[in-house]
Amino acid sequence: MNLELLGTWLAALLTLCIFSFLYKDNPFYKFAEHLFVGVSAGYWLCYNFWNMVKPNLWDNLVSGNWRYLLPLVLGIFMLARLVPKVGWLSRCAIAFMIGSGAGIMIITYLQTNFLEQIKNTLVSLNPAGQPWYGVLNNSLLFAGVVSGLVYFFFSKAHTGVTGGIARVGVVFLMVCFGASFGYTVMARISLLIGRMYFLLHDWIGVV
Amino acid sequence: MRRDIPLIITFVCGLTMIVQFFIPHWPFGEMKSYFQQSYMIIAAFAMILGICNLTKLHLKKIRDKRSQWGYSIVLLFGLAAMTIPGLFIGGIKEDTIFDFLFRNAHVPMQATMFSLLAFFVASASYRAFRARTLDAALLLIAGFVVILGRAPIGDSITWFLPEGYRMSEFANWIMAVPNTAGQRAIMMGSGLGIVATSLRVILGIERSYLGGE
Amino acid sequence: MNHGIVDKLKSIDRRIIFLFVAVAVVVPLLYPLGLPLKASPPSRSLYREIESLQSGSVVLMAFDYDPATDVELGPMSLAIIRHCFRKGHNVIGMALWPQGAGLARTAFAQAAEGYDVEYGVDYVNLGFKAGSIVVIDSLGKSIHESFPKDVDGRPVEDMPLMRNVRTYADIDFVMSMSAGDPGLPFWIMIAQGRYGKKVGGGCTAVSAPMLYPYYPNQLVGLLGGMKGAAEYELLINTKGAATKGMDAQSIAHALIVFFVIVGNIFYFVSKRREKRGDVRV
Repeated sequence: MNLELLGTWLAALLTLCIFSFLYKDNPFYKFAEHLFVGVSAGYWLCYNFWNMVKPNLWDNLVSGNWRYLLPLVLGIFMLARLVPKVGWLSRCAIAFMIGSGAGIMIITYLQTNFLEQIKNTLVSLNPAGQPWYGVLNNSLLFAGVVSGLVYFFFSKAHTGVTGGIARVGVVFLMVCFGASFGYTVMARISLLIGRMYFLLHDWIGVV
Repeated sequence: MRRDIPLIITFVCGLTMIVQFFIPHWPFGEMKSYFQQSYMIIAAFAMILGICNLTKLHLKKIRDKRSQWGYSIVLLFGLAAMTIPGLFIGGIKEDTIFDFLFRNAHVPMQATMFSLLAFFVASASYRAFRARTLDAALLLIAGFVVILGRAPIGDSITWFLPEGYRMSEFANWIMAVPNTAGQRAIMMGSGLGIVATSLRVILGIERSYLGGE
Repeated sequence: MNHGIVDKLKSIDRRIIFLFVAVAVVVPLLYPLGLPLKASPPSRSLYREIESLQSGSVVLMAFDYDPATDVELGPMSLAIIRHCFRKGHNVIGMALWPQGAGLARTAFAQAAEGYDVEYGVDYVNLGFKAGSIVVIDSLGKSIHESFPKDVDGRPVEDMPLMRNVRTYADIDFVMSMSAGDPGLPFWIMIAQGRYGKKVGGGCTAVSAPMLYPYYPNQLVGLLGGMKGAAEYELLINTKGAATKGMDAQSIAHALIVFFVIVGNIFYFVSKRREKRGDVRV
């Protein structure tokens, strides 16, 4: 049996089962939806075992590296959540992850998403050495960031001068959301093109 | 005790990860490295926990014969179909049963699930996207320029304009200037929010991650 | 305007709209229009960066996406790997998303066709690691400690490519193909922010607008969505899956704009009718 042909037909049939939802919810769609969840869970389990648990934990313990006992214990504590009586043990594992994650986030977000962004906004408004549209773009960029930040500053009422600047900020934000809307449409259409190309090229072979 | 020990763990781990940025030498460098390796392993167990919980939920549904319990059998069948070959028959290498099911079941199903969104975006565009106010109109106009400018059709319908002034250039300008300005303002605000929340978590003020008693 | 038609069209069955969308996508795939493509500045910037790397440079490529976004990021990954192979660069693949490891396998297999490259010597797939930003940071201390084995369980120590690649110091360029969290922002925060490495990015169209603030100071180049993939294919002179989908993208985009305009026309007509107090006979 040609395995590739079998695989293509399996993929095509599952694709059509899911597309059937567009007509209305039906057993074929529900079947594919539940199968998908099960298959995904199985995939995650296998990759977690072969790429994480075995090389990073099991192999280290087997070779006598006993400092990996702590992550093993905390990992088992995490699984203790499945048993209500000892579920509270998982808090230790969660606390470890949350604490470590929070510690990294403070410094990295402050540096990359705040301080560096201030640096990137301090662009040259000096007309010497750059064309007129460069000065205009830089001015707009600076004005947009400052007015956007003023809009998000809710400790002062948006009246008077503050209100005026916040209003300018809203204009920039609307254009920004419009761009996001445009890109979102682009993304969704791309996903559909991919599936249609598979059906027409790989399955039916007319493209 | 059941809440105090986790809070102490959070504080110690958080503080260590902050300090190691500034003092990478012993003992903080070694502690950081150890915490990182441990974190990765515990994260893997967290994913395994999710899968075990899913299995437990659906086994209970089958046992209690709740509404549409038949589909739970399908789900568990899918789980077994991937897990048994993946763990015991050939593993996750190329040209195994696992690889076959990944390429011909998992990939097409997930891709198709998300491709349904294209249809719903079109339906929403027709029924819901209204220029009720000036701000909404501005949003839609910017959206139109980007939608058309980021596809080849944009330049084709503005062929009569000189090179450098066609739709794609306007779309590029919108992305480079007003979009960057707006997104930067949002990014800076949310960055400060994340720093504040992380500090609250490390200091034990924010305890929602511990759950109930 | 006839009120009956307006009301009928306003509340048209959504399955008719679905049919229009399907036709708008299928017809250009069957009968391509060949609309010309142009590369945007962030795409050209990324191309120039990889082009300017010395032959034999080590590129770390993160496959942080899943099958849902493979249609956008798959062609991008393929184009980037092909460009690297053409320039003689070595590529180290890894993933922070479990499905990324499997998709990396597919991308390397496809890209390796037509090039004289050998696994373990010219490219390696290190597989998946759980841990998000912590994994990215751990590469600064030791790649071998975090990835002792590759995706298929082979020891990384035994691979010629990996013998001299131990930390970020041995990596020349970081490329993140990112569909969300964890992804490109974390690579910028750690690889660029902490270790000073040059970072390039490919992302889904949904996340592209949010990543523009990082360009060009923190991110040397950015490919956004299937259009970004098509632009890179244009720059490396290949006609891949992304380029083939551009005509369908164009027609579908025009259809969406048409729907929004028509929907708004009906909305304003209804509003004016209500204001005048018209009653439909």
